[in-house]
Amino acid sequence: MSPDSGGRRPVAVVSFAQSSQVRRQDHRNDVEMLMPVVEEVFSRIGVTKNDMGFVCSGSSDYLVGTPFSFVSALDAVGAWPPMRESHVEMDGAWALYEAWTMLVAGDADTALVYSFGRSSPGQLAKILTLQLDPYYLAPLWPDPTALAALQARALLDAGLAGEEDFAEVAARSRRQAMANPHAQLAFNRSVEELMKDDYVVAPLRRHTLPPITDGAAAVVLAAGARARDLCERPAWITGIDHRIETHALGARDLTDSPSTRLAAEGAALGNPPDVQVAELHAPYAHQELILRRALGLAPQVEVSPSGGALAANALMVAGLIRIGEAARRIMDGSASRALAHATSGPCLQQNLVCAMADSATGGER
Amino acid sequence: MAERCAVVGVGQTKHAAKRHDVSIAGLLREAAQRALEDAELDWPDVDAVVIGKAPDMFEGVMMPELYLAPALGAVGKPMIRVHTAGSVGGSTAIVAAHLVTSGVHQRVLTVAFEKQSDSDAMWALSVPQPFSAPLLAGAGGYFAPIIRAYMRRSGAPEDTGIKVAVKDRRQALKNPYAHLHQPDISYEKVRDSMMLWDPIRFEETCPSSDGAAALVLGDERVAASKGKPPAWVHGMAMRSEPTMFAGRDQVNPKAGRDCAADVYAQAGITDPRRQIDVAEVYVPFSWYEPMWLENLGFASEGEGWKLTDQGATALDGGDIPWNCSGGVLSSNPIGASGMLRFLEAAMQVRGQAGEHQVDGVRRALGHAYGGGSQFFSMWVLGTDKP
Repeated sequence: MSPDSGGRRPVAVVSFAQSSQVRRQDHRNDVEMLMPVVEEVFSRIGVTKNDMGFVCSGSSDYLVGTPFSFVSALDAVGAWPPMRESHVEMDGAWALYEAWTMLVAGDADTALVYSFGRSSPGQLAKILTLQLDPYYLAPLWPDPTALAALQARALLDAGLAGEEDFAEVAARSRRQAMANPHAQLAFNRSVEELMKDDYVVAPLRRHTLPPITDGAAAVVLAAGARARDLCERPAWITGIDHRIETHALGARDLTDSPSTRLAAEGAALGNPPDVQVAELHAPYAHQELILRRALGLAPQVEVSPSGGALAANALMVAGLIRIGEAARRIMDGSASRALAHATSGPCLQQNLVCAMADSATGGER
Repeated sequence: MAERCAVVGVGQTKHAAKRHDVSIAGLLREAAQRALEDAELDWPDVDAVVIGKAPDMFEGVMMPELYLAPALGAVGKPMIRVHTAGSVGGSTAIVAAHLVTSGVHQRVLTVAFEKQSDSDAMWALSVPQPFSAPLLAGAGGYFAPIIRAYMRRSGAPEDTGIKVAVKDRRQALKNPYAHLHQPDISYEKVRDSMMLWDPIRFEETCPSSDGAAALVLGDERVAASKGKPPAWVHGMAMRSEPTMFAGRDQVNPKAGRDCAADVYAQAGITDPRRQIDVAEVYVPFSWYEPMWLENLGFASEGEGWKLTDQGATALDGGDIPWNCSGGVLSSNPIGASGMLRFLEAAMQVRGQAGEHQVDGVRRALGHAYGGGSQFFSMWVLGTDKP
C-alpha cells in the first residue's frame, strides 16, 4: 500500500504567505482576510491567478456557521475566467495534498492552495464537540480540551511524561514564537512560572492549551521546471502521506500516534527522519511529545521554530501553515531537509506528514 | 506520466425520504459494500477512501468523515473529505480518480452521501449571511428567476419543464434504487401540481432524499484483473466561477461550457449529441434539462427545449437519452446526487443498468453542478481503453 516514491513528477512549494494570526478578525469577512494573503503569495514569485493551473482550498462551514463558506471565499481569488477549482472540508494541508496529486498526475503545472479559519464567531469548544460520533459521543458533549486531557492523563499514567514536560514544550514554543511576526501568543516565561498556572481540565494547565485564532494562509505549488523558474530554492516535496485512526477513543492507544508513523513511512521518511526542522501541528503541548516519539525525531531536530499551534491555531489553517513554515526554511536556505505535520480530529485522530528537501530527490541520505 | 483509471465497482442505496432503518454510517456502508462486491474486492484491498457530501449542516455533524473512518474501513489509510456544493458527488469521484491517475494508489473507494432526514436542507441553505443576497427559499427560490430568464430568452413553450418531469419520473420506474416511483405520473399530474417557485411546480422539483453512492476506481492492472468490464475514464474536469458579478450569464454559465469543452477535448468528442450515447446530467429542476442541453453543447443556444419537445432525450426512442435512471428529479441525496450521475454513466458503459440500460453504449457522460450554477464537474466514461 505504501506508494512508490520513485519516478514521480517532482512537485515543490514555491511560495508561502499567511495573515496575522489573531484572536479575532471580526472587522473583516473571510474574503477580506484572505485577499492580502493571496496577493502576497502571488507577488512573492511574480505570478497572478491566471498562472495557476489549479486552485484548492480547505475550510470548515461550522466555524462561522455558514453553509458553503468556501463559495464566497473564492472571491478572494476572483474565479474569472472560470478556474479548475476544488475544496476540502479539512485543514488546508489536505487541500495541498489534493493539489499535489493533480500536479503529479500531470494535469496542471501550478496550483494555489489556501485555507481560512475563523474560530472567534462561535463557541469553539461546543462547535468541535459536533465533530464527534453523533449517536454515542456528541450527546455527552465532551469538548476538545476534555478529550485532550484524557490523552495527557494517559501519557502521565504510562510514565511517558510529567507535567513539567508539558510546560517545557509550552515555554519553548511561546519563546520561539517571539521571533515569528505572525504569532498570536508569544512570551518568555520559565517552566517554574508556568507550573503555577491553574488547571483548565486536569492535568492540562492553561499554558498547555492552544489559543483561539482567526487566520488564513496560502501556498503555491509548482511542478518540475516551472518550480525552478518561479523559485531559486524550491522546497521539493519528497514524500507526502496521511492516515486516519478509528474515531472510538476507547479503542485507541492515546499515548501513541500510529497514523503519524504510517504517514511518515508513506512520505518516505526514515525513522529517525533525516531532517533539520520539523514543524509539528500539536495543538496541545503534550501532543508534541507523542508526535516526536511517533516520528522518532532526534534531539537535535529543531521542532516548530515558528512556535507551532501553541502560538497560533487557526483551525483549518494551522496544518497548512506548518507546511509553509517548513518550506520557508528550505526556500530561505536555512535548512536542506524538513518535515511538516498536520492533524485533524480529536486527540490526533488523523495525521498528515510532508517531507521536503532542497533537491527533488531528497538530497544526500 | 498519468496512469489510466477505470470504474471497476459501483454501489448505491435504495434512496428514500427517510432511511430511519440505518445510521449515517449504515447508509454509507450499504453503498460501499455493494461497490466492493461489484468490484470483487474486500475492505482491506482498498488503498484510500475519498468521501464527499454537501454542507455538514445537512446532518448536523461537523466533518463526519472523522466518525465514519472505521465504518468505511479507512483506519490506517488515507481519507479525504471533499465539499464543492452540489457538484460535490462528481468532484469527489474526480479527486479519487486523481489518486489513481497520479499513480499514488491502485484501488480507491469513493463514497458520497446525504441523510437529509437528519436535518433540514431548506434551513441549512438559507442561513442569512452578512452582506450577501439572501437565498430565502432555498435552491428553488434561487433558480426560479434563472429559469424564467431562459424561457424568455429561448422562447420555449411553457410546458417543456412538464415534459422533462414526466419523462424522468417515468424512467425512474425502471430504476429500483430511485426514491420516487410514481406509476401514475402524467402530464396532467405535473401540470396541476402546486406552483412552488414560479415557474417551478411541485412535480418539477427534486425530492429530499437519504442516500449514498459508491465507486471503486482502479488502475490499469486492477481493471484487467476483473471479470466484469471496466468503465474507462476518457476525460474528467472541474470548473468554478464566482456566484455573482455584473454581466455573469447564469442561464448558460461559462464555467459549464469550459468544463464540457475540456472533457470533450480529453475524450476526443467534437459532436456530443452524436458521439455520446447516454448522459446522466444534474437536473434538479425540470427546466435544467433544456438549459444544460445547450450549456453542454448537445443543442445550440436557444434550441435545447426542442430536443426535449421532440423526445430526443427519452430512454424510449430518443437518440440521446438523458437521465435514464430518473435523475436528480427522482432521487436527491444532495451530496450523492452528483456521484449518482457519474455512477449511472459507469453502469451504462458496463451494461449493468438493467431495465434502464441503453443498448450498445460506448461512451457516457456524467455531470454535476452546484452553488449558484457556478461549480461544475464532469466525466466521460467509455468501453474502450483510452
